[in-house]
Amino acid sequence: MNSMGEAFSAAWQMLAGFDAELAQIVGLSLQVSITAVVIATLLGLPLGAAIAVGRFPGRQSLIVLLNALMGLPPVVVGLVVYLLLSRAGPLGSLGILFTPQAMVIAQTILIAPIIAALSRQTIEDAWREYDEQLRSLGAHRLTAAMTLIWDTRFSLLTIVLAGFGRAAAEVGAVMIVGGNIDGVTRVMTTAIALETSKGDLPLALGLGIVLIGLVLLLNALAAIIRELALRRYG
Amino acid sequence: MLPLELHELSYAVGDTQIIRGISARIEAGPRTVILGPNGAGKSVLMRLCHGLLKPTAGRIIWHGARNGDVRRHQAMVFQRPVMLRRSALGNVMYGLKLAGKSRSECELRAMDVLEVVGLAQHASRPARVLSGGEQQRLALARAWALGPDVLFLDEPTANLDPSAAQDIESIINAIHASGTKIIMTTHNLGQARRLGDEILFLSNGRLKEHAPIDRFFREPASTEAAAFIKGELPWQ
Amino acid sequence: MAIARGANAGAIIRGATLALVMLGVVQGPVVWAQQKSITVASTTSTENSGLFKHILPLFKNKTGIDVRVVAQGTGQALDTGKRGDADVVFVHDKAKELALVKDGAFVNRHDVMYNDFVVVGPKADPAKAGGGRDVVAALKKIASAKAPFASRGDKSGTHSAELRLWKAAGIDVADGKGSWYREAGSGMGATLNTAAGMNAYALTDRGTWLSFKNKADLTISVEGDNRLFNQYGVMLVNPARHAHVKKELGQLFIDWLVSAAGQQAIADYKINGEQLFFPNAAR
Repeated sequence: MNSMGEAFSAAWQMLAGFDAELAQIVGLSLQVSITAVVIATLLGLPLGAAIAVGRFPGRQSLIVLLNALMGLPPVVVGLVVYLLLSRAGPLGSLGILFTPQAMVIAQTILIAPIIAALSRQTIEDAWREYDEQLRSLGAHRLTAAMTLIWDTRFSLLTIVLAGFGRAAAEVGAVMIVGGNIDGVTRVMTTAIALETSKGDLPLALGLGIVLIGLVLLLNALAAIIRELALRRYG
Repeated sequence: MLPLELHELSYAVGDTQIIRGISARIEAGPRTVILGPNGAGKSVLMRLCHGLLKPTAGRIIWHGARNGDVRRHQAMVFQRPVMLRRSALGNVMYGLKLAGKSRSECELRAMDVLEVVGLAQHASRPARVLSGGEQQRLALARAWALGPDVLFLDEPTANLDPSAAQDIESIINAIHASGTKIIMTTHNLGQARRLGDEILFLSNGRLKEHAPIDRFFREPASTEAAAFIKGELPWQ
Repeated sequence: MAIARGANAGAIIRGATLALVMLGVVQGPVVWAQQKSITVASTTSTENSGLFKHILPLFKNKTGIDVRVVAQGTGQALDTGKRGDADVVFVHDKAKELALVKDGAFVNRHDVMYNDFVVVGPKADPAKAGGGRDVVAALKKIASAKAPFASRGDKSGTHSAELRLWKAAGIDVADGKGSWYREAGSGMGATLNTAAGMNAYALTDRGTWLSFKNKADLTISVEGDNRLFNQYGVMLVNPARHAHVKKELGQLFIDWLVSAAGQQAIADYKINGEQLFFPNAAR
C-alpha cells in the first residue's frame, strides 16, 4: 500500500528531524492527557473505593450509572463543556474556552467515570477476598479501603493507563472545547483530523503512527515499573 | 473477656437455618475444639463469636469486656491465609499499626514474633511468595503479635501437608502456653485429640455435646458423635 | 533495611512525577497570561488553505499580538462570535454577515479579499458538465445525469453558495438526497475526501482545492462564472454586547487586514506560483 509506506516515511522524517512543531504538539498532548488522568484518578479512585466497600441505599443503581458513564461519547462531553464554558454560558466569565485548561476539564470528565467504575470493580473483588481478614484485624471501612487501594495498586495502574489511553486517543471533546488553535490547543488527534481534512493522508497517518508509538512507549514503561515492583512486593 | 456465654444463638441466611439455638459457656483455660462434619456450622459459629457475622437470634456475651471493641482482644486465623501485598514483616506490622502502636514498637514486636515462629529470615520477603505452610505460620504470627485474649482458628491446617501442619500445631500450643485462649475448629479427629482439652461437637447447626476430651472420645453422648468418631479413618 | 530503601525510591519517583505534572499544569496559564492575543473565529477553508500560516506571523511581528484562529464552519464561526467566544470573525458569507451586523451582533465589518469557487469532478466527466464557464448549466447537467455530487451540508459559506446556485438552476436537491446528492455534513477538506473517494462532483473554493493533497481522480470542471465569486469579510464582535471583547486589539487586526500591508500579504500568498486570494478591501 503506497500511502502506508509514505506514512511510515513521513513519521520517520518528523521524528528524525526533531520537527519543532511536532514536538510542541506531542508535548501539549501529553500535558493535557496526563493532567486529565491525574485529576480523574484523584477524583475517581476514592469514589470507586468508597462504593466498593460501602453499603448504602441506591448503591446498585449508582454502580449501573457509573458503568454506563464509561461509554460517554467524547463529542457529547465536548459539546456540553463547550456550552458551559462559552461566554454565553454559566461559566463564561472564567474565559477558559479554547484553552488547554478547557481540554483538561473535558478529558477529566470523560475518563473519571472509567477510573471510578473499573477501580470499583477491582477493589470490590479484592474486598471479597480480604473482607473477613481485614475486619478481624480491626480495620474500619475507611482504613480497609485505603489498604485495598494499596494492595491492588498494580491493577489500578493498568486502569489509570487505560484512562490515559482513552484521553490521548479522543478527538471529539478536545476539538470542540479547544478549537484546534495552531500552537495553542492543537494536539495529536486534532492535528491528525486537520491533516486528513487537508487531504494530506500520509502526514495524517504518520502523525497517527507517532501517537500510537507514544502510547506504546508509555505502556512499556509502566510494564517495566510493574515488573520491578512485583518482584519487590509480590 | 472470658467466660464467653452463648444464649440460644441462631443464624439463618434467607430460609436456610445454619445455626439452631446454640447455648454454651466457654471458660478461660482449656483449649476448645469445635468438632463436627462438614456443613455442621463450625465456621459460621466461630465467625459469630468473633463478630464477623451478626446472629439472627440469641445473644453472645463476653464477660468483663466493654461493649465497644470486643474484637480488639481477639484475633482469628482462617483456613486460607490472606496476605497483603507487602513483606512478611509488613503483614505482621499491619495489625499492630491498626492497634495504634508506634512504628518502632510495631517493628520490634513483629520481629520478635517472627523469630518465635521461625520466619525471621523471611522478614523482608514479599509475603505472597512464601509457601502455604509459611504463610499460615505468618498468619499465626500476625494474630499472636496482637496479644489477643482469645485466638480463633478456622481449620488452620486443612490445606497443609503433614509436616507444615505439625509446625502450625506446635505454634498453637506455644500460643496457648503463653496464656491465650484457643478456640479452634477442625474436622480431623487426630488433630482434635492432639490439640483439644474440651470438645464442642456440632451437627446440623446444633450443639450436640460439650465435654472434656477424654470423656468425649470414650463415651460420646450423642449418636451423631459416635458415628462421626467411628466414621473417621484412623490415619487422618 | 531493604523495605525502607524501597519505600524511599518509590517516594522519590512519585514526588518527581507529581512535580512534572504540576509544572505542566501551572506553566500553562502562566504562559497564557503573558501574551497579547485575540481569538479569531474563521472558516476551515481559510485555515486549510494555509493563508493564516502565511499572514499571521507578519501581523505578530508588527504588533506583537498573537492571533489565535479557531477554524470552524461559517455557521459555527458566526455562532461563536455571537456568543462572545471570539473577538473577531473572518468568514465568507456576506449576506449573513451583513444581516448580523444589522442585528447588532457585530460591528465594523469590512470586505477583505475574494476568491472564487470552482466545481470539481471526475476526469471522466460522466455528466458532461465540464469545460464551460456556466456553472448553472453544469449543475443542470449533473442533476439530470444523476451523477454523484458531494455537498458540505453544514451551513457553511460554501454550502450557502452551493444552495444558491442549485436554486438558480431551478433544481430541488431534496429530490436527490440519498441517491446522487450526498450531504457529507463536513468541512471542505473532509467533503473533498468524500468526493475523491466516490468520484463525485463538488463545489469548493479555489484556495482549499489548490492546497488539497488528495485530489485522486478529480479535476476542475467549471470555473470563471461570475456567480462563483466568493467574498470574505472581517468584523468585530460587538463590545456593547460582550464587555470582555478585546476591542482595541481586535480592531488593530481588522485595520491591518484592510491596510496596504495586510492586503499585500494576502496577495503574496501563493501555492505553486498560483495566487489563492485577491485582496479587495475598500480604499
